[in-house]
Amino acid sequence: MDTIIPHAIEIKNLSFSYEKEQVLTNVNCKIDVGSYVGIVGHNGSGKSTLLKLILGILQPDKGKVYLFGKDNSVSIEWSKIGYVSQKAGISISHVPITVDEVVKMEKVSDYAVDEALTSVHMLKFKHKLLRELSGGQQQRIFIARALVKKPQLLILDEPTVGVDVKTQETFYELLSRLNTEQNITLLLVSHDLHTISHKVKTVIQLDRKTYPYNLTSCNVNHIHSPYAAAH
Amino acid sequence: MQQLTELFQYEFMVRAFWAGLIVAIIAPLIGSFLVVRRLSLIADTLSHVALTGVAIGLLLGINPLITTMICTVVTAYIIEELRSNERISAESVLAMILPGGLAMALILISLANGFNTSLITYLFGSITAVTQQDLWIIFGLGIGIAVIFILFYREFMYTSFDEESARTSGIPVKLINHLFMILIALTVSVAMKVVGALLIGALMIIPVITAMQIVQGFKKSIVVSVGVAFISMIMGLIVSYYANLPAGATIVMTSISLFALISILKRI
Repeated sequence: MDTIIPHAIEIKNLSFSYEKEQVLTNVNCKIDVGSYVGIVGHNGSGKSTLLKLILGILQPDKGKVYLFGKDNSVSIEWSKIGYVSQKAGISISHVPITVDEVVKMEKVSDYAVDEALTSVHMLKFKHKLLRELSGGQQQRIFIARALVKKPQLLILDEPTVGVDVKTQETFYELLSRLNTEQNITLLLVSHDLHTISHKVKTVIQLDRKTYPYNLTSCNVNHIHSPYAAAH
Repeated sequence: MQQLTELFQYEFMVRAFWAGLIVAIIAPLIGSFLVVRRLSLIADTLSHVALTGVAIGLLLGINPLITTMICTVVTAYIIEELRSNERISAESVLAMILPGGLAMALILISLANGFNTSLITYLFGSITAVTQQDLWIIFGLGIGIAVIFILFYREFMYTSFDEESARTSGIPVKLINHLFMILIALTVSVAMKVVGALLIGALMIIPVITAMQIVQGFKKSIVVSVGVAFISMIMGLIVSYYANLPAGATIVMTSISLFALISILKRI
């Protein structure tokens, strides 16, 4: 008898509104384990809202989100999920926090910290102050913090904002490596469709009802987009 | 040296030193996370609310420290609820509650005229008026605050630096934020009699930003900030005793002097 492997993420009939403003309507989506998926859309298209619904930070008006087969409104196995927030670096510029201290915000051993920093090629910066690093290097540290608990799913919210093009290239190489070598499911949110479409394996475009890339398992109906309304 | 030991012949000075040292430990502990959260003004806001607590205590004939704790903890809870719903900015919430606390205190004073002098000791501090009962309350609360700080250090740190990521680490962010707000409220209550309601914010923040100038590492900065607060407290008390100056103000000016000195030395 075949064993059914649950999807990393399964979204069923998900709708959400902020008071009177409908943001997401009847979203259905299945993301397999080992996928590398980008969610794109313009500002206000509902990308970050969708992420917050997936992570259980917001509660939907209707529908369900399942993470590794489990309803996220009941419980979430946080040990399986790594998250790199868009706001990760906001509070650091005025505080002398070291790279080591950032990664240790997760409850892990020194060995695990070294291992995570090695995987993003940042071990030699372990005792440096985070504010002394470039934007791209800081982003790697936040990824190391997300990786330190060895997650099966890594979610990144606008990870390359403020990072130059050259650094973006090495950053996406790192993500590809994590996806192929460690089989980590990656879910990436970005406003930059052009860049993302060349990097990830699957794109969910929240602005449209049709999907220009090889997205076959999702059905995203989105009424908030002017583009969708026009088509 | 003999002059220095003379200080400790007086019981009120011994109590003052003990109370001051406890405050010197807990104020920068909490202040460190206030600096990270860019919520330095919250101490000032709660200290104004604390005045309402003092006025209620004096009005009802209860130890004002107890009524102050109740007032600040309840207000801290309200601030966190308003702040976390994101419809009102934290800055606006504080800007509303700070004058509100002062206004309520003034109304209570006018309703029951007669304790203006007592209130002034809470406004500007009166460490030498710390009673034995006050000292026990300060001691008990100080230990409680320090223990909770150590037990939940990682949670406070993660939540202060990156609330969203902390949530995905399984940390109950809302609960931790409320707990932290209660610790701020209790610290303000404890510190009020020592440095005065109007000067508490300084003692929670200045040693922290002084320490952050000279060390590499957040944990180290907390340890050094406690050291800076200790030195400010001891020097401030000694100077205030011999120069016959108000203790709270002298302590705060000492900590500002240390900050200025370190800033200058760093630039040389």
